[in-house]
Amino acid sequence: MGMPVTSVPAEAAATPAPADHALARIGRAVRSNRKAAIGTAIMAVFVLISLFPGVIAHDDPELDAYKPRLGLSAAHLLGTNQYGQDLFSQLVYGTRTVMLIAIVVGLATTAIAVIVGVAAAYLGGLWDSSLGVITDVLLVIPLFPLLIVISAYAHGATTVVMIISITATSWSYTARQLRSQALTLRSRDFLEAARVRGERRLYIIVVEVIPTMTSLIVASFLTNALYAVLFSSSLQFIGIGDPNAVSWGTTLYWAQNNAALETGQALWAIAPGVCIALLGTGFALLNYAFDEIGNPALRPVRRPRRSARRA
Amino acid sequence: MRYALRRTGFFLLTLWAALTLNFLLPRLMPGNPALAMLSKFHGELSPKAINALDILFGVNTRQSLLSQYGSYLHQVVTGNFGTSLAYYPASVSSEIGGAIWWTLGLVGITTILAFILGTGLGIVSAWRRGGRLDSLMPPVFVIASAVPYFLVGMVLLLIFGITLHWFPQGFGFYVSTDKPGLNLTFFQDVVNHAFLPGMSLLITTIGTWILTMRNTMITTLAEDYVRMARAKGLPGRRIMLDYAARNAVLPNLTGFAMSLGFVVSGAILIEDVFNYPGIGHMLLYAVQGEDYPLMQGLFLLITVAVLVAILIADLLTAFLDPRTRAAR
Repeated sequence: MGMPVTSVPAEAAATPAPADHALARIGRAVRSNRKAAIGTAIMAVFVLISLFPGVIAHDDPELDAYKPRLGLSAAHLLGTNQYGQDLFSQLVYGTRTVMLIAIVVGLATTAIAVIVGVAAAYLGGLWDSSLGVITDVLLVIPLFPLLIVISAYAHGATTVVMIISITATSWSYTARQLRSQALTLRSRDFLEAARVRGERRLYIIVVEVIPTMTSLIVASFLTNALYAVLFSSSLQFIGIGDPNAVSWGTTLYWAQNNAALETGQALWAIAPGVCIALLGTGFALLNYAFDEIGNPALRPVRRPRRSARRA
Repeated sequence: MRYALRRTGFFLLTLWAALTLNFLLPRLMPGNPALAMLSKFHGELSPKAINALDILFGVNTRQSLLSQYGSYLHQVVTGNFGTSLAYYPASVSSEIGGAIWWTLGLVGITTILAFILGTGLGIVSAWRRGGRLDSLMPPVFVIASAVPYFLVGMVLLLIFGITLHWFPQGFGFYVSTDKPGLNLTFFQDVVNHAFLPGMSLLITTIGTWILTMRNTMITTLAEDYVRMARAKGLPGRRIMLDYAARNAVLPNLTGFAMSLGFVVSGAILIEDVFNYPGIGHMLLYAVQGEDYPLMQGLFLLITVAVLVAILIADLLTAFLDPRTRAAR
């Protein structure tokens, strides 16, 4: 946990006068933090696979081209499913759906969390208490059963339904985090200065407050993207997703439905499961790394060191 | 006392929000989904059952939304969740009553074990900071937080159920041979069947306990009263348990309340993997059969259970920690 704190000065000493900008700080941290490095590598692999699935998978994942339920072979690394579709291709092309859900939900929830969190902290008063109550209520209602119920009423969760419902329900945790950080910023001198200059509220929030919170906002994206991966795969796994979608959770659903574990085709179920875990680990590793950067508790340690170096 | 009142107030507010959400969802969805379901069953249901379902889902009514809301609240608060369609003519309440004990037993025992084990590991990990156990924790926790619950269940099922045949491969007991009742064979079979689902749940939830305990414990170990105890020359075990751990265990209670939602979703998925006859499995069965009354009842029950557990944890914290009483 303490690793990036000690490694940052060493790294920074080599680069003369680094810009004291949140993004630059994040860039440096990724290079010097082992968690961030592994996380970035995992993410890069999955992004490349979802952009160019045809390079490693040669079969159309939706083509019933082969005999059903073939075992493992060089031509079919994971065998085929009950329709004779190549499972390796399904796995490779399935990356797209998961990545799409993760990124869209991550961005959308983070936007909501930033708006709600910063508005609550900065506007204060009635705004703060009413937004706070909504956030807290959503935080304690068990989300997974709620998502199941919403999907059931929508007659199955297509990718779009899943993106909307996960976004609408799972922004509260990070909104709360962002609010508490925005609260600690409220009384800082640079905001006071902006207020004295007579800047408008919106200007202060967008130009002064939000950039200061970059690391936590990135962390919020990563947390929510991880939740989106787990929630959407779980919904697909229990059979509430679109049964025809090419996606890891859907592959798992069909594996479970065809008793793949019991009939010697264990990899049909285990391979997409491991992929979900790997992608999740990628997001989690990056998140822990950014947490170390964004954690306000680490900042006071870092600041005196930097000024000491400059002097 | 003010803190306890505030938490109780928040509990009531959340409960109301959950009930209202449950009321609004079927009515807000394009083309009330319950309409199709009800028209399918209209010939087979008694008029009384239909009336109860109409109130729950807002079908066949010319009442305003507000008066629908009134009769809905009245019906739910009096415990009438309508008739199950998949198990017709059984009522939703009686169906849930049959399944809930399985889940309560499984989740309850597993959670207690996870709390004791996780807290213990967290204490040792913080006490021997930088030791072998402690350096193992962060990477294990990173991976554990990313692994989907059902994968853990599947891997355990594959290894210990299907390959090694150490444990049965699913269900709550041997459906064809066991006679449910108070006898030793049945009890042993139930424990046998619950072992793998319980282990899956334990593995997926224990990380939170360890990490919260470890982090709080590290903070308490730096407190002055711990240093004082060291200076007095008290034995290490006494400092670890009576001075540091005793004070550090409180956030684990609140942390538990927050993570309960995850325990519940884990239980649903794991019950699905093992065909375990609890309410999670029943919820999925209800969804697949478009048995909306049963689904609504289960959703409300799960939500209320989680909220009550959070309230208990809150009140317990208030009772155990004098600072919360003074501060709020």
